Amino acid sequence: MANQVNLREFPVEEHPQTHYLNHEKGLKSWLLTIDHKRIGLMYLASIVFFFFVGGLLALALRMELWEPARNFMDADTYNRIFTLHGAVMIFLFIIPSIPAALGNIFLPVMIGAKDVAFPRLNLASFYIYGFGALFTLYSMAHGGIDTGWTFYTPYSTTTGSAVISMTFGVFVMGFSSILTGVNFIVTIHKMRAPGLVWGKLPLFIWSLYATAIIQVLATPVLAITLLLLIMERTLGIGIFDPALGGDPVLYQHFFWFYSHPAVYIMIVPAFGIISELIATFSRKTIFGYWAIALSSLAIAFIGFLVWGHHMFTSGQSELSTIVFSFLTFFVGIPTGIKILNWVATMYKGSIWMQSPMLYAIMFLFLFTIGGITGIMLGALSVDIHLHDTYYVVAHFHYVMMGGTVFAFLGGLHYWWPKFTGKMFNELQAKIAAVILFVGFNMTFLPQFVMGSQGMPRRYYNYVEQFQTLHQYSTVGSWVLGAGFLIIFWYLLQSLRKGEAAPSNPWGGRSLEWMTSSPMPAHNFEHVPVVKHGPYDYHQPIADFRLGVDSPNAH
Amino acid sequence: MAQTDALNAHSHVAHHFVDAEQQFDSAKMGMWVFLVTEILFFGGLFVAYIVYRAWNPELFTLAATQLDTVMGGINTLVLIGSSLTMALAIRFAQKDDITNSIRMLALTILAAVIFMVIKYFEYTHKFHIGIFPGENYTFTGIDHPKAHIFFSIYYMMTGLHGIHVVIGIGLIGWLILKARQGAYGSHYYTPIEITGLYWHLVDIIWIFLFPLLYLID
Repeated sequence: MANQVNLREFPVEEHPQTHYLNHEKGLKSWLLTIDHKRIGLMYLASIVFFFFVGGLLALALRMELWEPARNFMDADTYNRIFTLHGAVMIFLFIIPSIPAALGNIFLPVMIGAKDVAFPRLNLASFYIYGFGALFTLYSMAHGGIDTGWTFYTPYSTTTGSAVISMTFGVFVMGFSSILTGVNFIVTIHKMRAPGLVWGKLPLFIWSLYATAIIQVLATPVLAITLLLLIMERTLGIGIFDPALGGDPVLYQHFFWFYSHPAVYIMIVPAFGIISELIATFSRKTIFGYWAIALSSLAIAFIGFLVWGHHMFTSGQSELSTIVFSFLTFFVGIPTGIKILNWVATMYKGSIWMQSPMLYAIMFLFLFTIGGITGIMLGALSVDIHLHDTYYVVAHFHYVMMGGTVFAFLGGLHYWWPKFTGKMFNELQAKIAAVILFVGFNMTFLPQFVMGSQGMPRRYYNYVEQFQTLHQYSTVGSWVLGAGFLIIFWYLLQSLRKGEAAPSNPWGGRSLEWMTSSPMPAHNFEHVPVVKHGPYDYHQPIADFRLGVDSPNAH
Repeated sequence: MAQTDALNAHSHVAHHFVDAEQQFDSAKMGMWVFLVTEILFFGGLFVAYIVYRAWNPELFTLAATQLDTVMGGINTLVLIGSSLTMALAIRFAQKDDITNSIRMLALTILAAVIFMVIKYFEYTHKFHIGIFPGENYTFTGIDHPKAHIFFSIYYMMTGLHGIHVVIGIGLIGWLILKARQGAYGSHYYTPIEITGLYWHLVDIIWIFLFPLLYLID
């Protein structure tokens, strides 16, 4: 390295002729790519596909619930379809959604690196994910599985459905998640651009960091749990099956030790996106940077200590239910810190109501409802009544769909011009967002009511008093489906004939906006140097485009 | 690009790293984080062990008598020895003594193979007297209704560990191939170093398994 460093402003090339999408052509340049952006796009295509599959399954379920008892499918099919809906949405869509797709594309760009630390490993994780997905598809083709996505023993060790191929698929996909986590942790530690100290990391990166820690610490436990379950089914090792002297509650402990932290794998990256959106579209330094950054880590940490709240009615000791309930309430603190800081950021900001911001505000509404109903479920006496009812279903969808999916859509719209180089139709985007919001509430608000009145979840049949609410919910699911189709339509249109996107359409300050849209093959033509924090809107924009000429660059 | 690559004396530095040091640090940190995931992977089995031992302490002391302490002890020594040869292989690579480094890697593989052979004899002896994992368990020598669960845990733990030993053999074999092609030396020994980290973990897990399974009474 030269001792003298020339720091200067690098103007951004608008509408570049060659970029990461076209510098190499042909199928092989995609399938064997080690470019994090292309791998991220392949993830994006896969998760959109599986979201579509999971969504169709959900529509089928809602259709079947139009009237009590049989409409058009029998009870066994219904059991298989709700299991597949859960398994596909969780393991194939929502866990890889933000980190592996958007995170992969933007993590290196936002820290000024050329790629993730282990690009080949990154490609390997994608193929491992695909390999695992094949097993789950195989399982679907062979009759599916009717255990619910939680695979509880002893039912999962005795039912006749294709449990082994499904759990093996999830086992395999776990490794994809682990390797992505390893890759992200090392990338954030070792690959940051000069001047990008921890205190200047974009909050999306902080959230990916917290997520990666959970992925690395929790997913191996799922792997061993599913391995034990597979062994239980094939060899009858007797650890979980009471008929062989095992303990089914032990399975629940094992399963939720992963799967509770896993819900933070799903939601924490969404928090990161919301931080970016709210700061950018409020034109204001984020309020409580460190509070938001560290609350992600706090959630990651406390998230490991609350798994027992899934088992309040499974016969664990009173003392442990009390401790788990207390710790569950405790998670509300870092989460509340985030919500309040976002609102404080918007306060007196000059809010620019573009579609990504619309999603962020919808997220605040929906996630707050989801979060507070979660506290209700964490309260012991209330949970005895609400356990395994539609209330839980509604809570989970408010945090996962109203939270993660809305944030994902916000992030997708926010970064769409950056990674595709095209603008989408803003008016259509706003209309679709409102349709989604209406459809979402129509689908899931009635489920809170039904649940509190005692409608059990996963039931094929129900008493007639619930029919009106079930029908509201079903109509809502159609509105939701229509909203997603509109989004799919105008995003495709934007790819085909969208207006070319400028490098910084929203006036952001973090590094991804300081390079061309779409990005060059190596993200930056120079080594970027960071002087200010990513939300320092009061600093001149030229200060954010500093860099040094590097012998390694082109 | 071609010009700058030619200027770069160490061509093993991948395009996205600034220098060899950053690449080495990243690889090493990646391996450490991966080892954490391995510990949690085995951690699940250790938890199963703890739970069942806490519930059936008498079963564990009874069943452990069926395990051959001598064979397990020899295996422990063999693995500890292989950790030494692995560490020496790294040291020799750092000193550009590739011949000795390869020799040490070969000794490590030899130790790993001895370990697996001994394991094979232990397993076949148990199968012979009817100690199978799970439902096929037919052994009548232990008077306890949950005797099969002890051996399920035993087979899961040692089996998973054995798979890791086999993976280690593969990795070290690959290191020998690359070393013969002259890939390593004092300027670049990252793969040997991080495979060494993995190998030590495999060793350490066995050091926990041996007393927990063989030496209880």
